[in-house]
Amino acid sequence: MGKIRIIDSTLRDGMHAVSHQLTPEQMAMVAAKLDEAGVDTIEVGHGDGLGGSSFQYGFTKCPDAEYFKAVSAVLTKTKLAVLLIPGIGTVEDLERAMEYGVKTVRVATHVTEADAGEQHIKFAKKNGLEAIGFLMMSHMAPPEKVLEQAKLFESYGADTVYITDSAGAMLPADVTARIKLVRQELSIPIGFHAHNNLGLAIGNTLAAIQAGATSVDGTVCGLGAGAGNSQLEALIAVLNKAGYTTGVDLYKLMDLSRDVVEGLMHRPQVINGDTLAIGYAGAYGSFLLHSRRAAEKFGVDARDILLELGRRKTVGGQEDMIIDVAIELAKSKGSKVI
Amino acid sequence: MKQQKLRVAIIGPGNIGIDLMMKIRRSKVLELVLMAGIVAGSEGLKMAAEFGVATTIKGVDGVIEFGNLDVVFDATGAGPHTKHAPLLKAAGIFAVDLTPAAIGPYIIPVVNMDSQLLTADNVNMVTCGGQATVPIVYAINQVTPVAYAEIVATLSSLSAGPGTRQNIDEFTQTTRNALIKVGGAQEGKAIIILNPADPPIMMRNTIYTRCDATKIDEIIKSVEEMVTKVQRYAPGYRLKVPPYADGERVVTVVEVEGAGDYLPKYSGNLDIITSAAVTVAERYAELKNGGAI
Repeated sequence: MGKIRIIDSTLRDGMHAVSHQLTPEQMAMVAAKLDEAGVDTIEVGHGDGLGGSSFQYGFTKCPDAEYFKAVSAVLTKTKLAVLLIPGIGTVEDLERAMEYGVKTVRVATHVTEADAGEQHIKFAKKNGLEAIGFLMMSHMAPPEKVLEQAKLFESYGADTVYITDSAGAMLPADVTARIKLVRQELSIPIGFHAHNNLGLAIGNTLAAIQAGATSVDGTVCGLGAGAGNSQLEALIAVLNKAGYTTGVDLYKLMDLSRDVVEGLMHRPQVINGDTLAIGYAGAYGSFLLHSRRAAEKFGVDARDILLELGRRKTVGGQEDMIIDVAIELAKSKGSKVI
Repeated sequence: MKQQKLRVAIIGPGNIGIDLMMKIRRSKVLELVLMAGIVAGSEGLKMAAEFGVATTIKGVDGVIEFGNLDVVFDATGAGPHTKHAPLLKAAGIFAVDLTPAAIGPYIIPVVNMDSQLLTADNVNMVTCGGQATVPIVYAINQVTPVAYAEIVATLSSLSAGPGTRQNIDEFTQTTRNALIKVGGAQEGKAIIILNPADPPIMMRNTIYTRCDATKIDEIIKSVEEMVTKVQRYAPGYRLKVPPYADGERVVTVVEVEGAGDYLPKYSGNLDIITSAAVTVAERYAELKNGGAI
């Protein structure tokens, strides 16, 4: 069976779960162990990628450059990647990241808006980077639409296209339908990024691989937005048993999980009522902590906020809608707000 | 004495150009005499011809040849405007630039209109996000210094054309610069989000400002006054969430519904920049007719 490329996002998606508060030293500690374990690529930075540090998404503990500097210093074989969401991050931000050895950029757009990433993919290719198109909230579009958008990324020069289940809302059949179609029509590798809000992250990742994905994401301890990502240690164990090759040392990951990452976590990475509501409603995973905060401030139920955000078809990055929805819910309950 | 109308041309007969045309046709001080494009038979050129406006497919060259013009609205793109600007300047034509080229200074009608009109021969309309949010930052900065202003503009996907998409970095950078240079914030950041929901959403803008939030009552008053001023040219501009203090920050949300002239009402983002551009040109006409320019 084939070789599967592993991209670890503990130090990017995982930042959502710790409100973007890891220090550069903590990141370097994790990165060194991931490198030692043989992980192909690691993604680093604010949960919302380059330029994500903001009131809207929360400020990082340190500037982006300090994370890249600390991490790149400890990597020997593993490639360093960043996430760039057009509209939040810019080519200027990417240029600065390149000074610290960034080799790969994942350009992430909403599943219907790939053309907003054209300039970034083209810039990356022109400057010798690996460019990956990353279609977020892929559950919101039917397979044919996902294919159309994946083709756009391919036409801009992307080396790989990812189908991304940002809301952890897909069932295995949804994953299979999308990956299979895109796999048939594109000539570049296909990737899959899972979230565990419905408890399906590992199962969906396996379904994606069986449908033709050759690059998949995971995070140590599952650390990530919402109920987290595919838990990397478990994923590697599953892939080993299923006969795929990843080049990753399972024991070393287990040790990293127990000795380092567990100690960095702010709370257990589990499926609870709120995270389940995200997957059930199909809302963006990183809305979780922001919704809890707004729920407390305006005296409403975080689950109601998340379900309403799903109904309104909000997309990734619309954290400011949480305030609107919370205020409206409070008003409809008859509470006096602000 | 009846004031003479200024003679106006538009370069770029796309969505923005057509919307500008509809607005200029209602103006008491501007007369649209030329629509310039580069593609024969395009929708905008056809509409202009139907309205009895002269057309050319020779772009800026057609404009210069046409002659006897006071104001040109440039609704093309950053690259083209960089070439147009010196030609218009040499011909003595005042340029209102709706592209991200920003050759001339940023102009926001309710903040710095007269001071720019009296000194510049080319003004830049910033971005739709800038037109919607800089007035709020400026209003707050009048009460208490804004150390950092961050705005999030969410647009319906249908209202964000290829120009916005291909120049999304220019949008965030130009908006950020205007928050600082015109709004008065010490630092700034702009975020843009495209939302494909159907029916399309209204343009909404969240404005976060780091400032002395204890002055919230004065801030609310200042912002409400500012919103009323913006509504004079953009009637669909509304305070969705009045300023409220949240720790070290003040949060304000404004929504913009378009006038529905040519573009649908959800395209408030386009409407606020075309409305502001026409307002700028009308004020230029007043100042010129009054002998100030």
